[in-house]
Amino acid sequence: MRIEGSAGTGGMAATSNGVQVIDIAGLTLTFDTADGPVYALSNVDLTISEGEFVSFIGPSGCGKTTLLRVIADLERPTGGHIRVNGVSPEEARLRRDYGYVFQSPALYPWRTIEKNVMLPLEIFGLPKAERRERARTFLELVNLKGFERKFPWQLSGGMQQRASIARALSFDPRLLLMDEPFGALDEIVRDHLNEQLLRLWGKTGKTVLFVTHSIPEAVFLSTKIVVMSPRPGRIIDVIDCDLPRERTLDIRETPAFLAIAHRVRDGLRAGHSYED
Amino acid sequence: MTAEALPAPRAAARPLSRIFAGAAGPVAVVVLALLAVWYVAAVLANWSLVAEAFARGGIPATFGDVLAGTLGGERPVLPAPHQILAELWKTVVDTPVTSRRSLVLHGWVTLSSTLLGFAIGALTGIVLAVAIVHLRMLEKSLMPWIISSQTVPILAIAPIIIVVLGSIGIRGVLPKSIISAYLCFFPVTIGMVKGLTSPDVLQRDLMRTYSASVADTLWKLRLPASVPYLFASLKVAVAISLVGAIVAELPTGAQAGLGARLLAGSYYGQTIQIWAALFAAAILAAALVAVVGMVERLVLRAMGARR
Repeated sequence: MRIEGSAGTGGMAATSNGVQVIDIAGLTLTFDTADGPVYALSNVDLTISEGEFVSFIGPSGCGKTTLLRVIADLERPTGGHIRVNGVSPEEARLRRDYGYVFQSPALYPWRTIEKNVMLPLEIFGLPKAERRERARTFLELVNLKGFERKFPWQLSGGMQQRASIARALSFDPRLLLMDEPFGALDEIVRDHLNEQLLRLWGKTGKTVLFVTHSIPEAVFLSTKIVVMSPRPGRIIDVIDCDLPRERTLDIRETPAFLAIAHRVRDGLRAGHSYED
Repeated sequence: MTAEALPAPRAAARPLSRIFAGAAGPVAVVVLALLAVWYVAAVLANWSLVAEAFARGGIPATFGDVLAGTLGGERPVLPAPHQILAELWKTVVDTPVTSRRSLVLHGWVTLSSTLLGFAIGALTGIVLAVAIVHLRMLEKSLMPWIISSQTVPILAIAPIIIVVLGSIGIRGVLPKSIISAYLCFFPVTIGMVKGLTSPDVLQRDLMRTYSASVADTLWKLRLPASVPYLFASLKVAVAISLVGAIVAELPTGAQAGLGARLLAGSYYGQTIQIWAALFAAAILAAALVAVVGMVERLVLRAMGARR
C-alpha cells in the first residue's frame, strides 16, 4: 500500500523520466456473447512512461474504455502481455496503484462529500485523524473547500465529478485512470475542469490515462494521444502532443494546437473509412 | 368595531375550500362516509333479530323501538360504532390494567410477543438475505423453501409449532414470537435481497478498484444502499408480525392477549368484545407501522435523503 507522501510534492514525477508505467504488447480481449464473439481489443501495443498525460480517443465502441478497464483489472484480457507498474494488473489493483474516475461521479449518496473522499482511506485502514486531514487537503485541491458536509445531491454535476477526482487522489495512487470523466458536463464546465485538471496534474505529477471522445479536450490535456478505431478495437495512431506544459484555454487557437487536432481528426477518419 | 368585524365574513366565506385544501377535509369525509355505511349496515344486520325478539315477547314495537334496538343491543350481529367505542373506553380507560378485563393488559401481552417476533423475524430476514446475496447457490437452493414456507396456512402450522416447542420445554412468549417471526421474516428477506443487490455497476466497480473485501463491500456499500428497501419491508413485517401473534393465540388456548380476547368473545357471542379487540389490534398495527415510518424518516434524513 502506497499512501505515504502527499499532493504537491511530486516535482520529480512532473517530467517523464522513462520509467514504464504501462507496458502492453499484443493485447486482445474477446467477449463471448450470445450473438458470437465481440472483438473489443485486437493486438494492442502501448507503452506509457511515468508522469505522462495520455488520452485515448476514438468513436464509441472502439474499446478505449475496455482498455482502461483492463489496465484497472476490471476486465481480463484474453491474450497478450500487460504490465502495470511492472506487475500484473491484478497485483497493481491489490497494491492500490491507481485511482479510477468513472464516467459518472459514483459518489455514495448516503455519505457526505467528505465521507465519500474518505471511503478508500477507511477501506485501507488509515487512522481517523489522517483520513480527515487527507479529505481536507484533496477537497481543497479540487476547490471544494466548504462543501465537506454537503451530500452529493446538493452539488452540481461538475462539483460532484471534482469530488470523485479528490476521492481518486486521496490515497495518492501513482496512476490516475479517468474514463470520460467530463463527458456528461456542458462545454463551459468542461473547459473549466480541463484547466483545473491540467493544473492538478502539474501539481501532483501523476501519470494520467484519460479516455475521451473530444478532440480539443484530448489535445489540450495530453502529452500523448492514442487514436483508436472500432471493431476490432485497435490503436491506429499515437500522436505526441509537444505543446508547452503550461497551457491555458487560449492555446486552442494556436497553429500548433490546430495541427495536432488535425492529425487526430485524420486518424479518426482513417479508422472509420472501412465503414463507408 | 366595524374594522374588526370586517375580516370575519371573509374567513367564513370559504370555510369548505379551506378544509379541503389540506388532508383533514378528505380524511373527515371518508371517516364520515364509513361511519354512515356502518350504521346503515348495523341497522340492516340486526333488524330481524331485534324485530323477532320483540315479536317473541309479544310486545308491540314501533319502528323507532326496533331502530333503537338495532343500535343498542347487548349481542348484536353487527355492533354499531358507538357501542364499540364505549366498550373500548370501558376496557381501556375505566378498567385497571391489572384486571383480566383490561384491553391494555391483553394488548401488552400481544404486543410483547409481536415485538420479540418482529425482532427475531427481521434479523433472520436480514441474515438470510445477506447469505443469499453472497452465496449464489443459496438463491437457487434456499429461495424455493422460503417462498413455499409462506404458502402454508399459518393457522395450520401454529398449533404444531406450539406443541413441538412445548414438548421441549419452551413455553410462554417465545412460541408465539416464533410464529410472528415465521410470517415476518419473509418480506424482509425479499426486500433485503433486492436492496443488497441494488448498487449499480459503477458503485460496485469502485469497491473493486479499492480491492475492498467482501465485508467492506457489505458494510460500506450493500447495507447502506439497502436501507430504504429495509424500511419498506419492515413496515409490512411489523404489521404481519402482529397478525402472527394474534393467530398464535387462537389455537393455543392462550389465557391473555388480543387473540385470546377474540376467541373468548366468539365463545360467548360477545360481538362487541370481538369488535373492540379487533379495533385494538388495528390501532396497535397502525401505531407500529407509524413508529417504523418515523424511524425510517429519521434514519434516511441522517443518510442525506432529500428533504
